[in-house]
Amino acid sequence: MSEATLERGLNAFKEQIDAPVAAFFSSCVSCGMCAEACLFYTETGDPKYTPIRKLEPLRRVWEQEYTIVGKIKSLLGLSKPVTDELLQEWQELLYDSCTMCARCSMVCPVGNDIAYMVRKAREGMVASGNAPEGVKGASMRAVKIGSPMGVTLKAVEAQIKHIEADSGLTIPMDAVGADYLVLLSSMEIMNFPEYLEALAKIFKQAKVTWTLCSTAFEATNSGIQIGSSDIARELVQRIVDGAERLKVKCVISPECGHAYTAIRWEGPNLIGKPFPFKVVHILELLDELRASGRIKTTGLESDSMTFHDPCSLVRKGGVIEEPRNLMGMVTTNFIEMQDHGKWAWCCGGGGGVSSNEDAEELRLKVFKRKKEQLEQTGADILVTACANCRLVIEEGLEEYKMEMPITGLSELVAEHLVVDETKE
Amino acid sequence: MSEPMDFLLWVRGPAFDVAALIFVIGVVVRFFEIFSLGRKANFSEPRGTEFGPGMKSVLTRSLPEPGMFKRQPLTILVGYVFHIGLLISLILFVPHIELFRETFGFGWPGLPNPLVDAAAVLSIVALLAALWHRISSPVMRILTTNEDWLVWALTFLPMLTGYIAYHRMIDPYPLALGLHILSIEALMIFFPFTKLMHAFTLFIARWYNGAMSGRRVVES
Amino acid sequence: MADTKTLGESLRLHGVSRRGFLKFCTATASMMALPPTMVPAIAAALEKAKRPSVIWLSFQECTGCTESLTRSHAPTVENLIFDHISLDYHHTLQVAAGDAAEAAREEAMHENEGEYLLVVDGSIPEGNAGYSTIAGISNLQMLEESAKGAAAIIAVGTCAAFGGLHKAEPNPTGAVAVSDIIKDKPIINVSGCPPIPVVITGVLAHFLTFGTIPELDEYGRPMVFYGQSIHDRCYRRPFYDKGLFAETFDDEGAKKGWCLYKLGCKGPMTYNACATAKWNQGASWPVESGHGCLGCSEPDFWDAGGFYNALSIPTSDVSKLVTVGVAAGVALGAATAGLNHKTKSNAAKNHGTVTVDDLEKTS
Repeated sequence: MSEATLERGLNAFKEQIDAPVAAFFSSCVSCGMCAEACLFYTETGDPKYTPIRKLEPLRRVWEQEYTIVGKIKSLLGLSKPVTDELLQEWQELLYDSCTMCARCSMVCPVGNDIAYMVRKAREGMVASGNAPEGVKGASMRAVKIGSPMGVTLKAVEAQIKHIEADSGLTIPMDAVGADYLVLLSSMEIMNFPEYLEALAKIFKQAKVTWTLCSTAFEATNSGIQIGSSDIARELVQRIVDGAERLKVKCVISPECGHAYTAIRWEGPNLIGKPFPFKVVHILELLDELRASGRIKTTGLESDSMTFHDPCSLVRKGGVIEEPRNLMGMVTTNFIEMQDHGKWAWCCGGGGGVSSNEDAEELRLKVFKRKKEQLEQTGADILVTACANCRLVIEEGLEEYKMEMPITGLSELVAEHLVVDETKE
Repeated sequence: MSEPMDFLLWVRGPAFDVAALIFVIGVVVRFFEIFSLGRKANFSEPRGTEFGPGMKSVLTRSLPEPGMFKRQPLTILVGYVFHIGLLISLILFVPHIELFRETFGFGWPGLPNPLVDAAAVLSIVALLAALWHRISSPVMRILTTNEDWLVWALTFLPMLTGYIAYHRMIDPYPLALGLHILSIEALMIFFPFTKLMHAFTLFIARWYNGAMSGRRVVES
Repeated sequence: MADTKTLGESLRLHGVSRRGFLKFCTATASMMALPPTMVPAIAAALEKAKRPSVIWLSFQECTGCTESLTRSHAPTVENLIFDHISLDYHHTLQVAAGDAAEAAREEAMHENEGEYLLVVDGSIPEGNAGYSTIAGISNLQMLEESAKGAAAIIAVGTCAAFGGLHKAEPNPTGAVAVSDIIKDKPIINVSGCPPIPVVITGVLAHFLTFGTIPELDEYGRPMVFYGQSIHDRCYRRPFYDKGLFAETFDDEGAKKGWCLYKLGCKGPMTYNACATAKWNQGASWPVESGHGCLGCSEPDFWDAGGFYNALSIPTSDVSKLVTVGVAAGVALGAATAGLNHKTKSNAAKNHGTVTVDDLEKTS
């Protein structure tokens, strides 16, 4: 195990191709509908970004290795091989211009789950050394330092101290036997510490026992974004170990999209067995607390608010109703974007795009879609539930010189929380 | 002297046998090819079921999302008209039903011919529109391979020859009918090894998509 | 042997009135799709026509064609036209037998060289000449001899026109049609099993009137009689278009006279005048009497996949074919699946764990 080679890449493609992939490639009739669902095409008009086309390397391997016709074509010298040049060319298509938002997977008339295949194709790209530098760097930091942004445990502890001093709340660390293990995303630790403070406040009120874990505070998973199950497994294993060590019943995925995909849906498959604990997204938990009457809000906002659905939560996660229920707890003036819920448009920075410098220009260009959506609502405030979306949107708004405050939904709930002082 | 009849007998006899055999073997082999690749067990705790949502997607993927219709009405319109016209011509035209009855031992009532004829005309027009669209749309052109042209021709010819045979635009009739059957045999031979196979595999694809989403309770 | 009377004289001798004769001429004109202005010309031509010498050769046949022509219940002008010709040789009808009969043929051929009409019914065994001989002469030899001096040949019936029943699979006698042997004479195919009598007389009338052969379709059949399909002229056609079909020979649909397509009617592929000329003095025709058309005027109609099977269906046993295909597919598919499985498990075996130190390419 020393370096990435084309051979390893091709081997990874072969490993990744399964019955769904074969069914998907067999069914594509090149109708081009997927392009219309992809913001990289709709905002640039460049047909090279047509989603299904991004899978050409994987398709070739499928045809040549797993179909009789492909084998005959190879024998006759009629098939086009997958070369390092091809993969290099496709790096832009599989990484820079795809956030794995899965909107294309929702519109394909024959039912192809294109995002599912992009995720698989990235395995081959990583193994052949064709992942973008920015994403590689994030993975490196995640594995070696413990966080893709290079946040260390020390930095987390410093933030905790800061929050505890500011708010007078306690933030438990390594509390064995707590019900919930709270994970954080690097961005929350560095840019949005309000999130942790909000949780501390809400959990105190709702009498939820919880803890952070010194060996597994980071929820994000660069392995998922770069597309390497091996790396992703290593990162997920830390959380599993931490949760088992602290004997928690449930792990809470933070306000982050891909972290939820990573721990909730991919995690058990990465380690090859079911988790001994449950995994919920923070919005799922908050909605549960709301439904059971354990948290109540007051002083609802009258400013108009809209909600940006992180792709990983809606299309890829099924957390669709929860944020809407919670929005009802914080504002009387909730405006839906035209395409929302499972039809939401991506902010343009998911799937590792935000940590990929090569993609920056393109990402800002395609942000036009979100910008137009936001303008259409005429809302005063944008709420979301993913630190990555939040940062990408902030950058986008700045690029397009648009003023619109953004806030996290959990913070908003905490802000309006009815705190029962007497029971203190 | 009797070539057209000999030709018709040949296409209904040996040629049909060969085409049907290749078609059946090919389709079965393709299913093995696909399913032999398997699917890894999923250990994540399901939020919803797979089977029902999968079946639901098999149906609902036939309906376009309204936003998509606005963005790409031609693809959707042409797709609908062509497929419905094709299905009407294929399974509601009495001579075709008789073929099914002979093959599988059961049949069903057909539609009056003028209706089938109209459906076929619409289908042919839609196919021509689809061809024009494929040539003129940048997205479709970048996706289009030689196989796509072939598949178009293989689909178009049976519609065209069927129309010609029904209206007796080529004499003698056995020649017209023979050409129609021959064009279908070409379609059958290529079917399993080209995207024509989507007619079967789309059900598998839609089911997988719907099932994977159903597990997360996302309507797909 | 040749009579010197004209056709007009002959008809009057048989008591056919001028009025009856003109009626026939009008009918002939309309049948042959000629304008009414042609009626006087036809009448004049037929009036003056000389009795032509006709040699009728019967090879591998059932005499059904001759029966069709001669067994009319009432004498008609068509019959009289037929009576009028100088039928110098027809081994079923002629009185002479043996050497005398053959001598009559030789004489007619000699006397009317280049002018006589040769009518043939029945196919010719090309495989083994011994299958059918007349007076020790093989059919093939007799046809070649007789054709040499003929002005034109009329192949009467599907056997002579296309090989007919004998040519049906597996064709044991190696039967062929007249046109397969004779290439240098005009041949008019009057197909049908048997052909409609009026079609034969109509062709004769045309030949007598114009001295030429009528316009033919690509099977050598007169366009005027074979230009349209049974299906297009069928009085049950509206039921076909509405999708109303008899499913069995005694169901409600059959009683209501619905389309017989599903019962194997070959009307769509058959070109003949049955639907308009009808049979037995216009009494009826097969479809009218409740049975689908067999397609008897078409080449190889015996092999067209069964009289009671619809035209569109394959001739072989498709369900058996499908079973064989599925079995073969499963066998081949299992082999393919094995290969795919092997490829995939090899890939899994060759998997080298990717670590963050492996992200850069070689070189």
